[in-house]
Amino acid sequence: MKKTLLAAGLGLGLALTGVAQAKTLVFCSEGSPEGFNPALYSSGTTFDASSQTIYNRIVQFETGTTKVIPGLAESWSASADGLEYTFNLRKGVKFHTTDNFTPTRDFNADDILFTYNRMWKEDHPYHDVGGEYLYFGWMDMGSLLKSIDKIDDYTVKFTLTRPESPFVSNLAMDFASVLSAEYADNLAAAGRKDDIDHKPVGTGPFVLQSYIKDAFIRYTAHDDYWDGRSNIDKLVFAITVDNSVRYQKLKAGECHVMPYPNPADLAAMEADPDINLMRQEGLNVGYLAFNTEKPPFDQKIVRQALNIAIDKQAILDVVFEGAGSIAKNPIPPTMWSYNDAVVDYAYDPAKAKAMLDLAGVSGLKTNIWAMPVQRPYNPNARRMAELIQADWAKVGVDAEIVTYEWGEYLQRSRDGEHDTMLLGWTGDNGDPDNFMYVLLGCEAATSGGNRARWCNKPFDYLLRQAKQKTDQAERTELYEMAQEIFKDEAPWVTIAHSIVFKPVRKEVTGFIVHPLGSHIFYDGVDLK
Amino acid sequence: MFRFLINRLMLLVPVFIGVTVVSFGFIRVLPGDPVEILAGERGVSAEKRAEILANLGLDKPIWQQYFSYLSDVLHGDLGVSVKTNRPVVEEFFELFPATAELAICAIIFALIIGVPAGIIAALKRGTKIDQGIMGISLIGYSMPIFWWGLLLIILFSNTLNLTPVSGRLSFFFDVDPVTGFMLIDTLLSDEKGSFLNALHHLVLPTVVLGTIPLAVIARQTRSAMLEVLSEDYVRTARAKGLSTFRVVTIHALRNAMITVVTVIGLMVAILLSGAILTETIFGWPGIGKWIIFSIFARDYYAVQGGLLLIAITIMTVNLIVDLLYGFINPRILHQKNKS
Repeated sequence: MKKTLLAAGLGLGLALTGVAQAKTLVFCSEGSPEGFNPALYSSGTTFDASSQTIYNRIVQFETGTTKVIPGLAESWSASADGLEYTFNLRKGVKFHTTDNFTPTRDFNADDILFTYNRMWKEDHPYHDVGGEYLYFGWMDMGSLLKSIDKIDDYTVKFTLTRPESPFVSNLAMDFASVLSAEYADNLAAAGRKDDIDHKPVGTGPFVLQSYIKDAFIRYTAHDDYWDGRSNIDKLVFAITVDNSVRYQKLKAGECHVMPYPNPADLAAMEADPDINLMRQEGLNVGYLAFNTEKPPFDQKIVRQALNIAIDKQAILDVVFEGAGSIAKNPIPPTMWSYNDAVVDYAYDPAKAKAMLDLAGVSGLKTNIWAMPVQRPYNPNARRMAELIQADWAKVGVDAEIVTYEWGEYLQRSRDGEHDTMLLGWTGDNGDPDNFMYVLLGCEAATSGGNRARWCNKPFDYLLRQAKQKTDQAERTELYEMAQEIFKDEAPWVTIAHSIVFKPVRKEVTGFIVHPLGSHIFYDGVDLK
Repeated sequence: MFRFLINRLMLLVPVFIGVTVVSFGFIRVLPGDPVEILAGERGVSAEKRAEILANLGLDKPIWQQYFSYLSDVLHGDLGVSVKTNRPVVEEFFELFPATAELAICAIIFALIIGVPAGIIAALKRGTKIDQGIMGISLIGYSMPIFWWGLLLIILFSNTLNLTPVSGRLSFFFDVDPVTGFMLIDTLLSDEKGSFLNALHHLVLPTVVLGTIPLAVIARQTRSAMLEVLSEDYVRTARAKGLSTFRVVTIHALRNAMITVVTVIGLMVAILLSGAILTETIFGWPGIGKWIIFSIFARDYYAVQGGLLLIAITIMTVNLIVDLLYGFINPRILHQKNKS
């Protein structure tokens, strides 16, 4: 016991002396970033380590909400036809000074042009440096942009090929982080273009100091940050892949904040006097999609019956261990335009059986595809598939569980080989379009993103209309109507939205759980 | 000696070619490709997928891919990681010191305990001590690394709070990587207490990774010693009235060490494969963990490059072991040269 106390005391003493010298916040992150340019990668791990620390965007999401607020642009305006967006850029914004680069000028329109043209134009000198611009492609920015013009040093105009109201939200996404054109020019002259993505220079609240893969990332506060210097002097990402180990480190005071706790540890975290267990509904949805091109799933009544046959509460209890809420709509409840008036299908096996009889379906043999990986919207797809299989067996449906390696699973399901399959989605920009059009629109039914391969003309019309309106109230109305059609047509069984938990040590103040999943250590975060 | 070295190097050529075939083929046998995994739920259109595969050179016939890989390897280019866009060689050598440091500590630990344990067991042959040492070493040899590691973490880190849970150094120390070997870097840095902290972090992973080599070394030392101790020259040495200590350390051990050195050579492969599990358990930032993640991501170039470099490491160590034989017992070198 004495030894324990001594060791604990030593550890604590060490931690305290470390903190006393400079305010050091340690975040036990879940993995190594793929690189330091968020335009090239797609994981939240990379975004946390780059876009949320090193960079800014022209507009940004307010911490804790999906509201778009000024970033490197102080203000912006849209033309009446929704085709032109003009941004007035902030003056006096300083780029980081690093071992690699000393800026000679402040941020201006050239940096915006460099950032976007690099991703967009194939003949741009930096286009082929780095790799694929994944999110730029996913958000369809290439076909959406008509031109980007520098009006003067502090004014930029984006012209679109069609009205697209989620456009401004897209610019707030991580991939649109603004890089320094001057740094790029210097690197090009030195023949070291690759350094731009690995030795980053941004305008953000923290400057990258050092990085050792799979070990740690160190940042220092950016003294000249345009929005005021961070309260935290040093920020460390202690890369700790295993979630149980992360928890042990949090308990031992070796880190202050950790992401993605193991559900089995939540009760202990809640009871721990040193830990504040924060929570928020995740911006995600887990679903089972029926392949509506294959009979009998082309019949609405069959899809409805199979919806009614599933006991979602049991799934929530067993698979999510309570860390989730039942989903009735394809978008999560924290998102604007969520239609709370929609009534979900209540679990009723007898009724489901009667409906199947009515549809003339008996002795149905089918399959349920279960993902081989754990995702935020589905912690255990195999277990979920087993529960659905058992529920369906009660109404006379014999379902076989099928799984493939993850890449193959995605490919085969995009090709429509499944009867029914489990999948889900995590929101990118807080816009309902990013769920409904991407996952349920007619265009996605042919390109494969719509795993139900469901194309409903009235539903699709509403989504297209909503894309073109800039008024949020009008758009809300359209999306609410679309959700009613969706529920009635039942191309999916909407299963759950997970709850995101963030255990944070009590000495950390001002930390906010961000709905888009980012971990933000600026905006008022401090250490007691 | 020089001819012996040349002969050994010539033998490495077919082994090297074989390793390139295996490392190249292994990752391609697994289903799925890097583009699909990179794209995830968001997906990628067929045209874009084809374009990315073409950029990665993965659209060509498999034999063509192999020969261009082989040609690149011979030019010292192991390609660029699909996931991070960084040269594979750069990624490997950034992480290799962590694995090497752990492996070296593990083998030193195994030798310090294993050799004396083997000698004692041989000297006390058939007694309770012998049976005890051999029994424990059998248990050590059969111990699954994963389970053993977790057991030690639960006992020493969670229950007794004596050792850190994971990592190489507490994050409150700001030590610049110079050599990549934490024990050396902490000595070079001016952060007080960081060396002891790094040593503290090494204890459990070293014990876990060193357990199997320790068991093997103890058993091999015992059997080699038993053989040597029954030799005529040992009996002569004893008859001359030398002390047991001198007989064992000067006369017997040197010959017994040949077997032990062979075992150490073979242990390198075991240490590197064991490192994959040990690094995963202890959050140790080495190549074992890196290979595992690269396999999950179907990062073809990282996996094939990584495996090749590991194989080269093993081949090099074995070559060194072969050369060491000559120093320990010149007769071997002489015989090999004659043959």
